[in-house]
Parts: sequence; structure tokens; C-alpha cells
Amino acid sequence: MKKKLLGALLGITMAAGLLAGCGQAKDNGGNTGGAAAKARTLSEIKDAGTIKIGVFSDKNPFGYVDSNGKIQGYDVYLAKRLAKDLLGSEDKVEFVYVEAASRVEYLKSAKVDVILANFTVTDERKEQVDFALPYMKVALGVVSPDAALITDVAQLKDKTLIVVKGTTAETYFSENHPEVKLLKFDEYQEAYDALLDGRGDAFSTDNTEVLAWALQNKGFTVGIESIGNLDTIAPAVQKGNKELLDWINSEIETLGKEQFFHKDFEETLKPVYGDEIDPENLVVEGGQV
Amino acid sequence: MQNLGIRILFEGNNFLRLLGGLLVSLKIAVLSMALSVGLGILLGMVMTSKKRPIRIFTRLYLETVRIMPQLVLLFLVYFGAAKHLNVNFSGQMAAVIVFTFWGTAEMGDLVRSALESIPVHQYQSGFALGMTELQVYRHIVIPQTIRRLLPSVMNLLTRMIKTTSLVVLIGVIEVVKVGKQIIDSSRYTVPDAALWVYGVIFILYFVICYPFSRAAALLDKKLKD
Repeated sequence: MKKKLLGALLGITMAAGLLAGCGQAKDNGGNTGGAAAKARTLSEIKDAGTIKIGVFSDKNPFGYVDSNGKIQGYDVYLAKRLAKDLLGSEDKVEFVYVEAASRVEYLKSAKVDVILANFTVTDERKEQVDFALPYMKVALGVVSPDAALITDVAQLKDKTLIVVKGTTAETYFSENHPEVKLLKFDEYQEAYDALLDGRGDAFSTDNTEVLAWALQNKGFTVGIESIGNLDTIAPAVQKGNKELLDWINSEIETLGKEQFFHKDFEETLKPVYGDEIDPENLVVEGGQV
Repeated sequence: MQNLGIRILFEGNNFLRLLGGLLVSLKIAVLSMALSVGLGILLGMVMTSKKRPIRIFTRLYLETVRIMPQLVLLFLVYFGAAKHLNVNFSGQMAAVIVFTFWGTAEMGDLVRSALESIPVHQYQSGFALGMTELQVYRHIVIPQTIRRLLPSVMNLLTRMIKTTSLVVLIGVIEVVKVGKQIIDSSRYTVPDAALWVYGVIFILYFVICYPFSRAAALLDKKLKD
């Protein structure tokens, strides 16, 4: 008797779980218009009427949310232009807020069509995603408190360097300077808070980022302005999504003719960097580094 | 300087956005908890089974959930399912699935231990009165179990509310993420915003968790009477 009851209950539990699972899956399939790990092609995006672009939402001034809840920044400016030229209106873009460490996964699982989240081109990433022509260039910078300013990598030996997971700074220091202790965080905000609290001796990420931050935070200076290789930042699409990649490439070339990225710089980066940075050191027009 | 920091909360619709984020956290936690309680009670009853294969199977499920960090489960369901099974869950849906999967296991174990703590003579008295097994559960065992369960269930619920801060990594914008966005967008103008924003988030978490524990205490008292 008891066994029978338990058997029945187990059956019910499993059936309930199964039903719930199916219901949810179906529900969602409806929303996303047929789920597939394969990225949408250019014509599928056109048919759908919106393009899904992954951007940062907490990386001022490249991608951030202003006090009215609107997404802004250098990357966002480009994203809106892409939507305008592809779909006719800059409102036809659905922004997906991504984290540094999961940018590749968003493309691989086709959750977004394009990543425009300050994505630095590296050989390792090239194996996982396809990069379009670059629209920016950067090297790494190291910011530290004035009281214990770090001006040379040798000074970092046995000291704690803060990095954000999944960034080029993390890879560069763990591969080339194993003598430096790394303190890793998932998000930029946490990393800056850690530097301010003194949990690390210095913080390294793209030089644009640290220069802008040091300008606004008295008592901190970028001791090392350029380290590592000169990297480029480019839009990325899922590996093999050639049609979309070609379109973005030709779009970037066209935009170069109207000096679009200089305008983007003026609108989004200049208010933050002031005259500290020469736009020629950052902006890449028409994919020509 | 102090005025500067708090000002950030009232700029634009920042505060409303924080509340919106809180609603997302709460929605995920409450929905998952409701599902977990339902499924967990069934699982708990199954777990008291005398059959070895069933016990091993449920034990395996429980241990898997306990060993796997919730973050790994979130990534598996959000990215893994899309990549390998072609099932594209939204971030919130993935969060509810993972939290329910986790909650059901924890809840099942709580129900099992509560059931096992009911003395055998309670069952036997029921049978002696001619009740069927289902009636014994419905009228004798379950009412007693619920009271024993309440404190630990509330504990699980508040834990779940707090764990929702992980879902930002699968793109769900909940209260902590909104807070980070606010801090970041003003980091050039209001450097000490972090303290204020996190302070408010702390209060918000308290404001939603406290009523639940109060409600549990009241319910407990009512059941006792």
C-alpha cells in the first residue's frame, strides 16, 4: 500500500517537473521566435525588425545607463547607427546588457547578434568569435595611488594587482608577469571599489579606462600609460556568421568616409577625457589602424 | 560632500529604477519559492521511501544541487541549453528554473526531516481509526509537518532573495545591477555614490525580507493556538 502510494507520488513529481519544463520551453520559444544556437543571418534580422546588440551597462563612457535609465556611450553610439543603417531607425536595436566574462558565451549561444562591448581583439578570442574591422585602439594602463605610485612593471613584483575577469589585462599579466599577484573581480565597479579601499596596490585595464578614471579621482595617477601590445577594439559576431560580418565591415568602411568615429569621440568620450587624450590615439576610422 | 552622495538617488528616475530592480529580484525569488514548496513537499514524501533505488536517486539529486554552485547551474541553463539543446531561455526564466531546481532539493530535504520527526504512533493511531494512507497524511502528518517546516522555509526564502544577485551574470538586471549602473554612470561626478547606493540596497533587502519573517512568526503563533 505504502509503496504503491510512493510510486504514484514519484510519478506525479516527475510528470509535474516534465510538464513545467515543457511549458516553460514552449513559452519561451514563442518569445524568441524559434530557439537555435545558430546566430541569425542578416536577412533574418531584417525580417525580425530589430537587431540584438550586447553592450556594457556599467562601463562609462563606452556603455553605461544614465540617470533616466537610457543607455549611452561610445559603443552605444555605434550600435544605434548600425541599427539606423540596417533597419531604418536607431530605435530598432534591442540592447542586451552583458558582463565582461560572458561576452563570448552570448555570441556562441546566439543570445545576441553583435557584441559591441569594448571587445578587444585577441588571437584566443578569434578562435571563438569573428571580429569585424576595428573602431578603436587601446593598450593597457596601470593606475595606482600617488602615495605609492607604480611607474614600472618591475615595481609590481609580489604586489597585488587588481584586474577584471575576462579582460586582456588578466591574460597579459598572468601570461607575462606571473610574479604579480592578481586580485580578480567580475565587474569594473567592484574593481574600482577595491582599489579605493586599498585591497590592491594597483589596477590594470585598458588605458582609456584608467586615464579617465584617474582624471576624476584625486590621489590616483596612471603611472604606466601603455603596456602590452597595442590592441584594437572591434564588433564581434558569432563564428561563421559571414553575411552579417561582411555587412558590418562595409558599414565601418563607409562610416570612415564621414569621419563618424571622430564625431562619436566628440559626443561621448571628450566630455570625460577632456583634452588629456588625443583622439588620434584612440579612434580608428574605416578599420585602418 | 555628504549631500552630494545621497543626491544621486533622486537624480532622474534612479530611485524608481532601483525599485524596479528590486521587483525583478522579488519576482524571481517568490516564483521559484512557490514552485519549490509545491515540488519540494512531493519530493520530501518520496524521499522517505523505503525503496533503495528511490532513496539513492533522490539523494543523488540533492547532493548534486548542493555541490554545484548556483552560478554554474545558471550558466548551464542559460548558455548551455541554448548551445546544446537549442532551447533559448530568457534570463529570468533560466533563473526561475535554476532556483526552483535548487529550492526543490533543499525543500525536499527539509520536508523529509520534518516527516521523519513525526512519531510513528501518530501514523499508527490514524490507521487504527481506519484512515487510508492519504487521509493520514492529509489530516495528521502534513498539518504537524508544516509548523515544523515554517522557520526553515522562511530561511530558504530569504536566502533565495539574496542569491538573486547572481542572476546579473546571465543578463538579468536586478536591484544590485541597477545599483552598479547608477554608481558607474555617476562615477566621474559623484565618486562616493557607492556607499549611498549600497546602503539603500541594504535597506531595500531588509524591507522585503523582514515582512516574510514577521509573517512566518505570526503564522506560527496562529497555528499553535
